[in-house]
Amino acid sequence: MISRRDFLQVAMAASAITGVSGIGNWSRLAAQQVLSQEDLLRFETTGNVTLVHVTDIHAQLTPIWFREPTVNIGVGSNAGLPPHVTGADFLKMFNVAPGTASAYALTDQDFAALAGTYGKMGGLDRVSTVINAIRADRPDAILLDGGDTWQGSMTALRTNGQDMVNVLNALKPDAMTSHWEFTLGLDRVNEIVEGLPFPFLGANIFDAEWDEPAYEPYTMIDRGGVQVAVIGQAFPYLPIANPKWMFPNLSFGIREERMAEVVAEVRDAGAELVVLLSHNGFDVDRKLAANVPGIDVILTGHTHDALPEPVQVGSTLLIASGSHGKFVTRLDLDVQAGAVKGFQHKLIPIFSDVIAPDPTVAQLITDQRAPYQAELTEVLGQSDGTLYRRGNFNGTWDDLLCNALIEEREADIALSPGFRWGPSLIPGADITREDLFGATAMSYPNAYRTEMTGEMLHTILEDVADNLFNPDPYYQQGGDMVRVGGMGYRIDVTKPQGSRITEMTLLKTGEAIDPARSYVVAGWASVNEGTEGPPIWDVAEAYIRRKGTVSIDPNATVKVAGI
Amino acid sequence: MTITRRKTLLLGAGAALALSVPFGVAQAATVDEAIATFTGGAEATEGGISISAPEIAENGNTVPISVTAEGAASVMILATGNPNAEVATFNFGPLAGSRTASTRIRLAQTQEVVAVAKMEDGSFRRANATVKVTIGGCGG
Repeated sequence: MISRRDFLQVAMAASAITGVSGIGNWSRLAAQQVLSQEDLLRFETTGNVTLVHVTDIHAQLTPIWFREPTVNIGVGSNAGLPPHVTGADFLKMFNVAPGTASAYALTDQDFAALAGTYGKMGGLDRVSTVINAIRADRPDAILLDGGDTWQGSMTALRTNGQDMVNVLNALKPDAMTSHWEFTLGLDRVNEIVEGLPFPFLGANIFDAEWDEPAYEPYTMIDRGGVQVAVIGQAFPYLPIANPKWMFPNLSFGIREERMAEVVAEVRDAGAELVVLLSHNGFDVDRKLAANVPGIDVILTGHTHDALPEPVQVGSTLLIASGSHGKFVTRLDLDVQAGAVKGFQHKLIPIFSDVIAPDPTVAQLITDQRAPYQAELTEVLGQSDGTLYRRGNFNGTWDDLLCNALIEEREADIALSPGFRWGPSLIPGADITREDLFGATAMSYPNAYRTEMTGEMLHTILEDVADNLFNPDPYYQQGGDMVRVGGMGYRIDVTKPQGSRITEMTLLKTGEAIDPARSYVVAGWASVNEGTEGPPIWDVAEAYIRRKGTVSIDPNATVKVAGI
Repeated sequence: MTITRRKTLLLGAGAALALSVPFGVAQAATVDEAIATFTGGAEATEGGISISAPEIAENGNTVPISVTAEGAASVMILATGNPNAEVATFNFGPLAGSRTASTRIRLAQTQEVVAVAKMEDGSFRRANATVKVTIGGCGG
């Protein structure tokens, strides 16, 4: 029986520093003495099954800074519910004191100052230490990777994901699912999958021509005397959000009926615990959990949310484990007679200065990076403010990219996609080539330059806004709003598609955008085959080098209404 | 404006322009008329019929649609936002095992797909599904 008390328990309390108010001026070392690896790993072992979840690592092998969003609006029935709670509201909801390690890990509050105190997070050598500790406690713990693993860094781009495959294999996952993996191209994905020592799952991946399953839908794992079914669900809108010509003849979709069939199939096959390893995005999973009975746990992904407690929908537990290697979730379950009788949950923050690297995996990471070390570490310039991407409307990394596109490509307006991946940088930090690739590394980086009418721009903004703010999460794609440089606009998130976006203004003149006039638009990451232009990282590198120190003004060009 | 070799992008955005064209009163009347002709004016009730369709089309030119209505004698499928709304009518003989019809249809824009079934008992059933046709490209 799952009690309400279990849900109110703040699992991260173990890592909270007591007696600290505001921003501490401690050195990193002091933080290290207070926060111990033992504290971070402390866990009341429960029941007979342990799940360990990592997701959306985005090829971050080494520790990074990652600033959580300031703005993350929920619409329709998801308004005001986690994960659509940010900043001070988040701290209040989860009873986290400002200025603490937990506040730093989970919110945007005092980010730059706290980053100085608590340092970088993640690093797969630290993640390995945590996984090893869990396995020492529960040797048959099940490690599951929610996907978006093989893309997001220069080394992953140069090795076609091989660096990530090598390091993840060393962590010994039991299964994974996927999204950006497919932007390596179908042939490369299949080449990797053939050699993977664990299943690559996707119950919703079909051959488009014959409408037949294209990858294994689930795997059955016998652990602790319990039959555990792990069903995989890849990102449903891959052929829409990413270039479908890179994985021709594959069809995805939410396929709710198919999921219900697969759940029934695994139950019939004797599954006592049904786990959905999902890349749907949190709100889609919340709806799926309500509509498809029989799923005990959904390990959510794609939307990069980190929640210190599970969200319960009926009898389904939804787990959100963050992104970029910043967190590992441990979930212990007591499964008796085919039902979950109890659980313990902890979102373990990977403070890289507190958790000791696993030396074997640290060496493996060093080996993957060695051929590119000189390129990775080359300093391109400095940033005088925090560079970050996450947030519904804008982030300073995209402001930088938009400024670069406008200046280097002589455009009126710049568009940068609403990706949620990419680490942050703190004020005064060097911008290395690795940092720039962390915000841009992907397989369709060409920076186009074209003309669009005002009407076309409006249609694009409305289309993307509906992918984010459609009140039915099944019609959302899980990215953020396309970032716009050189043009301001007003958005009412409560309006239907076609009437959300108003007051489009060309910033350089202050004039209203004319629907009939053409504007020079520069952007990157078009999903269309044959898009021409230099890779975005070359455009941005030229800009950063020319500026020396990059300054990004606070972005007040998007007026948001309806919240 | 000049059409350059970057036409792929323009084509992509051009296709999206269709999204902003609302379907007019005439079209709505045509849909209602087509249903009225099929049902002979009888009311079609909800339930007993289901449409399986993607929430967001991967390719608006070929959208897989499946309709199931046990006990149906015939099923009509309408794409309410297309220039010609009537897509197909499937007839089932008395020996038909499963009353399911699957096809692929072209959708010009985001719209409701409607299925109306004439049941063997002479009653009519109806179901709707919204299929979004989108530019895409900014997820993740």
